[in-house]
Amino acid sequence: MAGERLADCELGTSVRILAVDWDHLGNAEARRLRALGFDVGAVLRLAHRGVFGGRDPIAIEVGRMTVALRRHHASAIMVEAAPDEGLHPAGQRPASNSNPESAA
Amino acid sequence: MTRPIQTVALVGNPNAGKSALFNALTGARQKIANYPGVTVERKSGRMTLPSGELAELIDLPGSYSLDAASPDEEVTRRVILGEQQGQRRPDALILVLDANNLEQHLVFAQEIIALGLPVVAALNMVDLAKRDGLILDAKALENALGIPVVETVAVRRKGLTELSTALAKAADGHEIEPAISDDLDMAERRISARAMAKAAILSETRQRRLHRGLDKVLLNPWAGPVILVALLFVIFQAVFAWATPFADALDGAVMAISDWVVATFPSNILRDAITEGLLAGVGSVVVFLPQIVILFFFILLMEASGYMARAAFLMDRMMAFVGLSGRSFIPLLSSFACAIPGIMATRSIADPKDRLTTILIAPMMTCSARLPVYAVIIAAFIPARSVGPGIGLQGLVLFALYIAGIVGAMLVALILRRSAVKGDSSGFIMELPRYQMPRLRDLAIGLWQRAWIFLRRAGTIIFSVTVVLWLLLSFPQAGPGEDQVDASIAGHIANGLAVVVEPIGFNRDMALALIPAMAAREVAVSSLATTYAVASDDEEKTAQALEDRLAGDWTLPMALSFLAWFVFAPQCLSTIAVAKRETNGWKWPAFMLAYLFALAYLSAGATYWIALSAGL
Repeated sequence: MAGERLADCELGTSVRILAVDWDHLGNAEARRLRALGFDVGAVLRLAHRGVFGGRDPIAIEVGRMTVALRRHHASAIMVEAAPDEGLHPAGQRPASNSNPESAA
Repeated sequence: MTRPIQTVALVGNPNAGKSALFNALTGARQKIANYPGVTVERKSGRMTLPSGELAELIDLPGSYSLDAASPDEEVTRRVILGEQQGQRRPDALILVLDANNLEQHLVFAQEIIALGLPVVAALNMVDLAKRDGLILDAKALENALGIPVVETVAVRRKGLTELSTALAKAADGHEIEPAISDDLDMAERRISARAMAKAAILSETRQRRLHRGLDKVLLNPWAGPVILVALLFVIFQAVFAWATPFADALDGAVMAISDWVVATFPSNILRDAITEGLLAGVGSVVVFLPQIVILFFFILLMEASGYMARAAFLMDRMMAFVGLSGRSFIPLLSSFACAIPGIMATRSIADPKDRLTTILIAPMMTCSARLPVYAVIIAAFIPARSVGPGIGLQGLVLFALYIAGIVGAMLVALILRRSAVKGDSSGFIMELPRYQMPRLRDLAIGLWQRAWIFLRRAGTIIFSVTVVLWLLLSFPQAGPGEDQVDASIAGHIANGLAVVVEPIGFNRDMALALIPAMAAREVAVSSLATTYAVASDDEEKTAQALEDRLAGDWTLPMALSFLAWFVFAPQCLSTIAVAKRETNGWKWPAFMLAYLFALAYLSAGATYWIALSAGL
């Protein structure tokens, strides 16, 4: 599948979740991430990264929430670039795109 | 059919403003207890219904879903379903929705509504939404959810009457046909949550300006940690600087009462019990109330403003280094006030091994009960001279004691995560809530609860331990020329224990202080005060400050050894009891006791002998 890992995204970019490798995550972590809105189609923005130049942890804006997580978990999430309109309720996407959820 | 509403529960996602709404609805008359068998805090209070009747309102732990992922969420699920032992199933629910985060909060909302209990929704924090340029249509939401939706601003007490009216109406016999089907899965609920949120949003402009702006600075990879350390430094400075006038005033009041008792009543055993036992003992502990209140003030402030989660974010990297996560930072910081709320706060840590490790090291954070001990010993033995601009030697020693506890805790965590609590490094997934201006009223309620718990402790445990100790010290009465403490029952016990603690430099009086201090560390100070009060034969010496007595009786290596002991010693029965409850058994608390006593003994011994050989 095309796209890159959320963990490797550039700071400040908006991305859309293409797929989540749920098996890469523990059961509880998967549940927690899903409850926080990390699911296929959600639009994220990598807002903050690391302390003292380290790469961990990262802060992701999902909808109107900001969620902290580690790169280990973020690497299970595959994303593609989403045009940054400055305002992205989770899952809202340009009309031209296909809708992976309706197929699910 | 009308049935009275007896029990109402507040449910909602974490950070929906539930606690503020709970405070607004119930006022200060709150009861904090535990659910039987689990260690999740049960917060309840009374709310007034439109009929004038009172109903019990329960503040349930915030949940993202009924599919529980932590002990907290499990309690929420069980209470709502009526499965929680010892808890009536609520007659009605108040569903708290954050107006700013509808599409997220509506996911859990659908799960709740589908249960069919009478529910009203509080669309909370609409003022913040407006500030962020978000205008919502409560009516549209009401239609979509099929339940009454009331706009509230909990912190300004807006919408509360409307909320209780709607609640009474909803619970008034009408069987509600939930507009939400209960056979949706999470993904389907999320899709409809999005649609509902979109329909309810009338207009939306730039969002999160303030939020993002603050995070840019406070979560900055370089400035963020510096700001956090500076903030912690200010907090610890404030604990000492601000508290002094209040502590002095309290101390003066206790002295004045003691003087008055001595002057007013004839010299007899009862008067001695009051001055040497009650006032010397309890009084010496109560003077630390100001410091405890100030420390809790900052912790509550950090929690209420949303900064605490940022602190956890900033600390995650460092905590990961010893095998923990940023989530452990919050319980550990609370442990600086008291290990008990600290250990209880670990239940928000989802990973069981992380949680256990955090519980085991929490007692090493310098809690406020150690402050009395440190403060008295430092005042007696460390000269109040300056070692640099704005840095006093006394403050420096105190700082070193705090650091010793932190370093010890980190080393132990590092070792535990590779031995007794071995396991994969855990994750760190945590919502960073929006920043909020903390409300004075909520802070005041929180502070009042903490202060009350401390005073109740001083009034019960510390009082009884002090009185028992005084009795043991006063009987049997010494004959002429005999030392009262040596002749007493307590003296005999202490002389036995002194053999064990002699190698680490402790004398009889220190050994004596250790026994009652098992109940609570600060009792060590009151025991020393009581011991020296009993030991002194004339009135003037009794009134002599404890610091002066210590400076006369102890050597510097002894004092330093005593300090080192208290950095590690698990001298707090309540902490052990809480650890037992949180870990479901005696195994881990026993382990905690053993390793902490060993550490205390070794470090006190090392301190003593090093100080001695250094010629101090």
